[in-house]
Amino acid sequence: MPQSFTIILGKAVRYAARLRGGGSALPGLFVERISPSFVPDTLAQLPHGVVVISGTNGKTTTTKMVVSLLESQGLKVFTNRTGSNFVRGVAAALLGEIDVKGKLDADIAVLELDEAHAVKFVEVVPPHYSLLLNVMRDQLDRFGEIDTTARMLEQIARATTHTVVLNREDGRIRAIAPKLSTEVRYFGLADNLLSQFPTDDELHDEAVSKKAAKRPDADVVLKDFNEKGAAFTINKKAFVTPLKLKGVYNIFNSAAALALVRAIEPTASVNSLLGALSTVTPAFGRGETLNVGGQPLELVLVKNPSGFRLGLESYDPDGYATMIAINDNYADGRDMSWLWDVDFTKLSDNPVYVTGIRAYDMALRLQYDEVGMEKVDTELARALADFIARHDAMPKRIYCTYTAMLTLRKELSKITRVEVVS
Amino acid sequence: MSDAKKQIVIVQLYPRDMNIYGDHGNLQVLVRRLEWYGYAPKVIHYNVGNTFPKSADIVIGGGGQDSGQEKIHADLLKIGPTLKKWAEDGTPMLMVCGLYQLFGHFFRTLNNVSLEGIGVLDVETYGTNERLIGNIVTTSDAFGEIIGYENHSGQTFLGEHVKPFATVVRGAGNNSKDGHEGAIYKNVIGTYLHGSILPKNPAVADFLIKTAVKRKYHAFSKDLIDDMFADMARTIARERPR
Repeated sequence: MPQSFTIILGKAVRYAARLRGGGSALPGLFVERISPSFVPDTLAQLPHGVVVISGTNGKTTTTKMVVSLLESQGLKVFTNRTGSNFVRGVAAALLGEIDVKGKLDADIAVLELDEAHAVKFVEVVPPHYSLLLNVMRDQLDRFGEIDTTARMLEQIARATTHTVVLNREDGRIRAIAPKLSTEVRYFGLADNLLSQFPTDDELHDEAVSKKAAKRPDADVVLKDFNEKGAAFTINKKAFVTPLKLKGVYNIFNSAAALALVRAIEPTASVNSLLGALSTVTPAFGRGETLNVGGQPLELVLVKNPSGFRLGLESYDPDGYATMIAINDNYADGRDMSWLWDVDFTKLSDNPVYVTGIRAYDMALRLQYDEVGMEKVDTELARALADFIARHDAMPKRIYCTYTAMLTLRKELSKITRVEVVS
Repeated sequence: MSDAKKQIVIVQLYPRDMNIYGDHGNLQVLVRRLEWYGYAPKVIHYNVGNTFPKSADIVIGGGGQDSGQEKIHADLLKIGPTLKKWAEDGTPMLMVCGLYQLFGHFFRTLNNVSLEGIGVLDVETYGTNERLIGNIVTTSDAFGEIIGYENHSGQTFLGEHVKPFATVVRGAGNNSKDGHEGAIYKNVIGTYLHGSILPKNPAVADFLIKTAVKRKYHAFSKDLIDDMFADMARTIARERPR
């Protein structure tokens, strides 16, 4: 079938899917079926090639940062903003951007892909650059185990043709480096910050003695941070910048974004990159703040123990009403075991509102941490309305799993302005 | 209760290398329930190379990556005879997934490599390419309905000296053929259930606790624990897709 015909058909399906509501991967699936070479052919036109960002935590916000940084250097960037990180999700995103001749008006593609899909993707489209953030316990029910996930990331690194950027502080990520023949660069943490980012393994190690010695040099090192900004060491020189991003993990990932963009654009001035970084806001549901009745309402996406721990670590519960919304749909992970690897005692001063399909699993977890509960209600929409009504005069924060977040955003869009993510 | 609270010693095997899947929740439930019943739990985290304690009232262990199993294997064989003696004496134990397998005779991989177990439980495990994964509901005469989440590719077969821990209602269990889950010998329970198993199945937690307390102090606390959240969580979990 001629390519342009495929594209017109795909665009029509994309439009139809939009009308029907949702289904961001459906048109991509359609195009993938009738023209399997569509994605590689389209991406092959890009002068700066393809960048793949993968890992368990922080892909979406890191991708957002990388896009902003590259745009600050004058590049036109194609990205899969929907977070529909499958090959067909990429195909669907491409359909929205190309003209009918199949020409993509961009210099470079920056794609966030989850590990399993990235492996399939790089077989078809070898990336010029890849950034591997971390391997944490997440959705093991899908991939089997954490070492399997690490091997998937290794495959992504091996398929990369120019530069691989790795997290120096994640043992499983660091172990990929010796197996590569391409250039490897690192981002990392200063020794004094290591204890704030325990890996799953270290969490259970009674002797949490972070080995500060014996790590490779990193191009970008996060040296310190507070609510207002961060200090980095970049190529051994010290820099300070204000940031709009919240959460320790987002700030660490800004070091990852800087290291990646410096690999792609080696001549970019550090100050111009930091200037662009300082304007980046969190991706949707990743610490984004909405306005509800004149009070801030923060949505914090949680999907695995390390992410949840870091979220609780990052945000002070004092002065906030707290809700936790736990679903167990396929995209959230069916297994509830992960809640038992998170310490909730930080929430024990104020009662927590608990909701979601698995609200009672969460309540049970809080009971054993002796954290008080305001109410437990499995009905998300009802619980959200009640939670807002009870705390109308104070700031609110909701920790939520992925599908719970989608429902909450939909409900919230009825009463406030919620950024539309297409 | 007397002034000095009665101590119950819990030994957790290999928390550093065998901790996957929220098995930490099992320890937390034992500790809290013991406290709520008025006892003083003392936890010993035993990792490879530590001095193995002289005695224990409860022993628990969890699952791990294949790499975790390899790391602890030699050490486990060393402490195996002690664990076996404790098991024969009636010490309550809970071994989940990876350590359940290694409490058996052996784990044989697809490449026919055998990882020797310590033989506390009369079971054998064979590696497969099939992953038994998802929500699981089982039932037992002693504990009623036992609900959890399984995720294993090793399939375990029971010998005549152990009884199944439970019968599978929905899910796979020990293997894809026999329709039963886990194994029990004296007071040693081996199981594939995560979730974690103890929070949502307080009857199993209380079995371990009561057995330990009665062995050591004879009588058991009259205090009651409100398990309403566990009951509700069970009701929801029972109906969730596999």
